[in-house]
Amino acid sequence: MKKTYKIDVDCANCANKMEEATKKTAGVKDAVVNFMALKMTVEFEDGANVKSVMQDVLVNCKKVEDDCEIFM
Amino acid sequence: MNKKQKKVLRRIIAAAVLMIGIECLPVDELLKFILYMVPYLTIGHDILLKAGKGIRNHQVFDENFLMAVATVGAIALGEYREGVAVMLFYQIGELFQSCAVGRSRRNISQLMDIRPDYANIETEDGRLEQADPDEIAVGTVIVVQPGEKIPIDGVVTEGKASLDTSALTGESVPRSAGAGDEVISGCINLNGLLKIRTTREFGESTVSRILELVENASSRKSRSENFISRFAHYYTPAVCYGAVTLAILPPLVRMLGMGLALEWADWIFRALTFLVISCPCALVISIPLSFFAGIGGASRQGVLVKGSNYLEALSETKYVVFDKTGTLTQGVFEVTETHPSGMEERELLEYAALAESYSTHPISKSLKKAYGKTVDPARVTEVEEISGHGVCAKVDGRRVAAGNDGLMRREGIEPEACEGQGTLVHIAVDGVYGGWIRISDRLKSHAKEAVYALKNSGVKKTVMLTGDRREAAQAVAAQLSIDEVHAELLPSDKVNALEKVLAAKGSREKVAFVGDGINDAPVLSRADIGIAMGAMGSDAAIEAADIVLMDDDPLKISKAIRISRKCIGIVYQNIYFAIGIKILCLILGTVGYANMWMAIFADVGVMVIAVLNAIRALDVEKV
Repeated sequence: MKKTYKIDVDCANCANKMEEATKKTAGVKDAVVNFMALKMTVEFEDGANVKSVMQDVLVNCKKVEDDCEIFM
Repeated sequence: MNKKQKKVLRRIIAAAVLMIGIECLPVDELLKFILYMVPYLTIGHDILLKAGKGIRNHQVFDENFLMAVATVGAIALGEYREGVAVMLFYQIGELFQSCAVGRSRRNISQLMDIRPDYANIETEDGRLEQADPDEIAVGTVIVVQPGEKIPIDGVVTEGKASLDTSALTGESVPRSAGAGDEVISGCINLNGLLKIRTTREFGESTVSRILELVENASSRKSRSENFISRFAHYYTPAVCYGAVTLAILPPLVRMLGMGLALEWADWIFRALTFLVISCPCALVISIPLSFFAGIGGASRQGVLVKGSNYLEALSETKYVVFDKTGTLTQGVFEVTETHPSGMEERELLEYAALAESYSTHPISKSLKKAYGKTVDPARVTEVEEISGHGVCAKVDGRRVAAGNDGLMRREGIEPEACEGQGTLVHIAVDGVYGGWIRISDRLKSHAKEAVYALKNSGVKKTVMLTGDRREAAQAVAAQLSIDEVHAELLPSDKVNALEKVLAAKGSREKVAFVGDGINDAPVLSRADIGIAMGAMGSDAAIEAADIVLMDDDPLKISKAIRISRKCIGIVYQNIYFAIGIKILCLILGTVGYANMWMAIFADVGVMVIAVLNAIRALDVEKV
């Protein structure tokens, strides 16, 4: 399943880091962060709990870039 | 500027004023240090804080951390002014980047400002009420006044107007629409009042689909974008290790190997300039920005590109394969010539139209159209379709055969020999030859120019695929100067023909297939780049193709290629420029020629220039 979220982040490299961090989160199959559109598309593993996975994604993203936000 | 940016601007001004003030004061070293701390913390406290958080989260190569180390290091070495200046310019650069990106984001979304905000519904007492287009059900009648955008796809039920489709197609000549015509959302009603019965929901309407497509386009990353991501991944750590080596190794070598003085401070200072140069932001921001701008600019010209990767592939196009019908020709068959022998022209057409009246083939339609009168089916009996040959039928009791050479010979008649393009229908009545009718498809008005323009923009070879007769296909190809023709193909043969072209090309050369999206979805998806044209409102074509031309003008193909070349050109300029300047500054830094100021230019200045260059990709109107 795929879902798209609006995000807020200041620099392009930080967006790349968020993408990597999201990809490494358990329950995430693939992720693409689009810095220009400030959007993030997350593809979840089958049967993953979207809500809790996204909480983990946010925590992991905050670790690599403190100044980011994902609007869920 | 938003609130965050304004706050940073105030801090920048305050810190700059303080710095100049301190420079003018005649104070001793210690006091100077204390005084310099005021602008340093004003401008840099958030960076230091973020650096601290970064260390806690094991993000050592975080740019905040690097900036903190570089500036604290400079201050520790007694270079207060440089330390504060680096932080100040770093913040100015960040502010500029955030403004430039925000601005281009707005520019591009303005360019794509085709999203209608409301739909008018007529209430029972005849007043117009504005409603959210998302809430309009299929089949509702909406009213579009002059000057308004059509919000949802539909069919005109009442009224007549000229429509400006330029936002969708880049075509400036208005199109007229009247009752019964299908209209698509995003067009602007120029003069008349239109009542439209909607045929789709807002989310499924053309305008919503286009916006979604363009917004998602930058998610499909190109080779150059992936290269930059990988580069950034290794570049920063490499430069940082380089800095550490530079700070430690040369002084040790000097002392142990040459017996010279250590000069720690000098080498550490050189290492700190390394850290300032180590941020890959100029590249990481400007490459996706160039693609985003290029895709935005192209969409304004009626060329929808579904991903950065396709824009990149398009720029390497060396072979263009066309479908004939509907792509190079109009796909409308017309009687272009009649040649009766032994009967009136009108009579010939009448027999032909009647005999073919039961067929739904485009040829039958064109015959009926040329005949001009309504056909009375009661006059036609004993219809017999002979597959691949034509039709035999009794018309007013007389036996009429209408079809190709083969049919005539079957009937024992030798048809008149005749050359040229198009399809010939021979007519025989009661076993006597009656003449022939030529039916041909008309070339699109820009077809010849389009092929010529492709050749001019570096396409090596053009190929045409068609299910038509060989002679007809070759006549068209000769007229358009197309290099290679494959005729008499079944739909499945088209994929094989394309495979042959794919097998013959070089590794960095790309093959584009251009079709109208009808019956050629497998070929569209097999080609390196599938281009569907005239796709306004056609879901299947939008689905199967990588690039969608909104109108059916074949000249847009070469335009799309030129747009992609410009965009990719800018991408490469930025890559070479940014990496080049950074490496140059790293080398100069190692040998001691580059100071902090030069490092700041290599970081912030390069980024600013690269961003400004990237914005140029938006301007493609006259490419």
